[in-house]
Amino acid sequence: MRIALAATCIADAMFPQAPRAVVTLLERLGHEVVFPPTQACCGQMHVNTGYLADAVPVVGNHVRTFAPVADGEWDAVVVPSGSCTGSIRHQQRMVLERAGLDAEARTATAVAERTYELSELLVDVLGVTDVGAWFPHRVTYHPTCHSLRMLGVGDKPERLLRAVEGLELVPLEQAEGCCGFGGTFSLKNADTSAAMLDDKVATVVDTGAEVLTAGDWSCLMHIGGGLSRDGTGVRPMHLAEILASTRESPSVPGAPADGPSAHREAAR
Amino acid sequence: MSTFLGMPTARGGPAARGASDPDAAPDTLAGVGRPDDPLHWGASFPDAARAALDNGQLRRNLGNATRTIRTKRARVVGEVPDWEALRDAGSALKTDVMARLPELLEELERNVTARGGVVHWARDAAEANRIVADLVRAKETDEVVKVKSMATQEIGLNEALAEEGIAAVETDLAELIVQLADDMPSHILVPAIHRNRTEIRDIFLERMADAPPDLTDVPRELAMAARAHLRRKFLSAKVAISGANFAVADTGTLAVVESEGNGRMCLTLPETLITVMGIEKLVPTFDDLEVFLQLLPRSSTGERMNPYTSMWTGVTPGDGPQEFHLVLLDNGRTKVLADEVGRAALHCIRCSACLNVCPVYERVGGHAYGSVYPGPIGAILTPQLTGSTSDLPYASTLCGACYEVCPVKIDIPSILVELRAREVELGDASPDAADRVWQAAMKAASFAMADGGRFRRAARVPRLLRAISRNGVIRRLPFPGSLWTRSRDLMEPPRQTFRDWWAGREDRR
Repeated sequence: MRIALAATCIADAMFPQAPRAVVTLLERLGHEVVFPPTQACCGQMHVNTGYLADAVPVVGNHVRTFAPVADGEWDAVVVPSGSCTGSIRHQQRMVLERAGLDAEARTATAVAERTYELSELLVDVLGVTDVGAWFPHRVTYHPTCHSLRMLGVGDKPERLLRAVEGLELVPLEQAEGCCGFGGTFSLKNADTSAAMLDDKVATVVDTGAEVLTAGDWSCLMHIGGGLSRDGTGVRPMHLAEILASTRESPSVPGAPADGPSAHREAAR
Repeated sequence: MSTFLGMPTARGGPAARGASDPDAAPDTLAGVGRPDDPLHWGASFPDAARAALDNGQLRRNLGNATRTIRTKRARVVGEVPDWEALRDAGSALKTDVMARLPELLEELERNVTARGGVVHWARDAAEANRIVADLVRAKETDEVVKVKSMATQEIGLNEALAEEGIAAVETDLAELIVQLADDMPSHILVPAIHRNRTEIRDIFLERMADAPPDLTDVPRELAMAARAHLRRKFLSAKVAISGANFAVADTGTLAVVESEGNGRMCLTLPETLITVMGIEKLVPTFDDLEVFLQLLPRSSTGERMNPYTSMWTGVTPGDGPQEFHLVLLDNGRTKVLADEVGRAALHCIRCSACLNVCPVYERVGGHAYGSVYPGPIGAILTPQLTGSTSDLPYASTLCGACYEVCPVKIDIPSILVELRAREVELGDASPDAADRVWQAAMKAASFAMADGGRFRRAARVPRLLRAISRNGVIRRLPFPGSLWTRSRDLMEPPRQTFRDWWAGREDRR
């Protein structure tokens, strides 16, 4: 398959290890990955903060960038984020329609229909759960709210994790509880956000896991920031980083995002 | 079968059991007081939330209580094979009701009137309170008993009656606790969820004249004390005031569902019954109740069926109240109805499932919302009813747990986003200092994020923060970054963005 990667703005700028791992993983599985360079952001932050007018050019840019998928130029768009996929699927059309951009709204719908969060792409579209990964660590998984409730990914991420050689998956108490990030919620209601984070950090620590994984670096940035502040030693890693890890080119918990031991391209 | 209507015995259990903490300061009993506007009171949400979060006992109580109800609900909902179909039916019925509310209301009025009831129309809280006060005064009584009702909480009926010299006695146990403590409800279903049993014991001892002096905090004893206190009221009241869970347009039937039997007492014993009902509480036909009487108890108390379901149609000679008044309350509802997106908030059947699953409500409790309607439903209903600017639409992470459990499928997260958009538009019209900061930040972000080339450059900016990072993290940032670093570290930005790495990789090919 020819798959276009929507890296997400936050991972592009702050957590490049996740989209890099997506590239490694999909190429290892025999697919071609394309990164359309005009992409920037899906507009979720603007929409969820209520700045719908300011969201229009951002959403418009995303839809124009990925419109070729609707014409068959690529087979699918993959996003290493549940909440960005949710915004693409459930908000972009509304933003454009509200601005009176009906033709663009139709394109947005067509793009959204071919856009998948990583675990959806792997399990539903590519039909794989064992991606041939090796990751000998104790891991717990936090199902992020939007992947769980906006997308309904269900147990796909856990099925992928269970198939990873060497990985011990330990259950997380109150797993479906929100970590308190909520985008700008963490600033507008900083105290409530911190209280929610405290509870999430406590349940993660209780698992005894070495690594906390999820399908969204935004939530991982939040929980990871709490795990770091409390000196817990638990490392946040994106699902893609674990699935990209092999004996030949292992992902290392706690490695710098783009340092020599971070996830590299598969040997070619 | 017969119903026991005599005086129950209040005493039970050894008095020494569960003796209270003698150091408990009595002034902690005082509630938040009764506000002038039950839909808008107290500090801003972030400030009120901060105060609530500092109360560790409250957080533990709320956490335990909401977790218990959540678990019960999940269990009884899970055993219904057609639950999703029921939700769809509930949603479709409510959509239909809203689409033809005027005709259905008139149908209800005709049928209630034909069966001997009297229908009154109230535009707002003041009109509704005036109508009820006049009806009570005409009965020459200065005390009425009340069934738990959100509509009468919303209009501040008890305070309005008190000004006319009429004492309104709440007969739902939790509402009684709230009333005695001069407090406000903090939950739609469990109004005293913020109180623990020791506090309740102290409230009874201090504020309920006929409480046994050796009352302990054993739940059964507390309930028996309230039961004895209330039985006197039930047997002497000439007028009762209720709300309604449902009104059936095609029969003129009103319905109240409850757990304690106090409602049944109020709805059957007094000579006169006055029901105050929001105009959105209609269902078209009697058969439609079958959907809601399955959805409501499972969503609300986590029970397969509620213990008491009372229905009445007008007046039945020789049986129950011989005078029945129905007050139909607008109080902002037609304004909500006119709103294409927001009107779904009127579908709410006040089950409170969204409160019990809300991670924000669970941490801060109901009072932080400054409205008789707290939690996710309150965050979309309150600002629409009042029509004024509000920070409640931002009191959510948009996690979606509320939408997932709502028995009538109200898409609360989407409505929250819509209401945020309106707050932004209001802020654009007359911005304060905070609005200006947000506007500037969002404009700048919009510019940078609407173009791949501009974002390529913008995405390199965070790397400057590497100068202040230690061991891979940044522990302290100046305002507004301090809002983040006060409670959490920020991971060190990478040396190279993803797209710069990708460009280099393409060049190497």
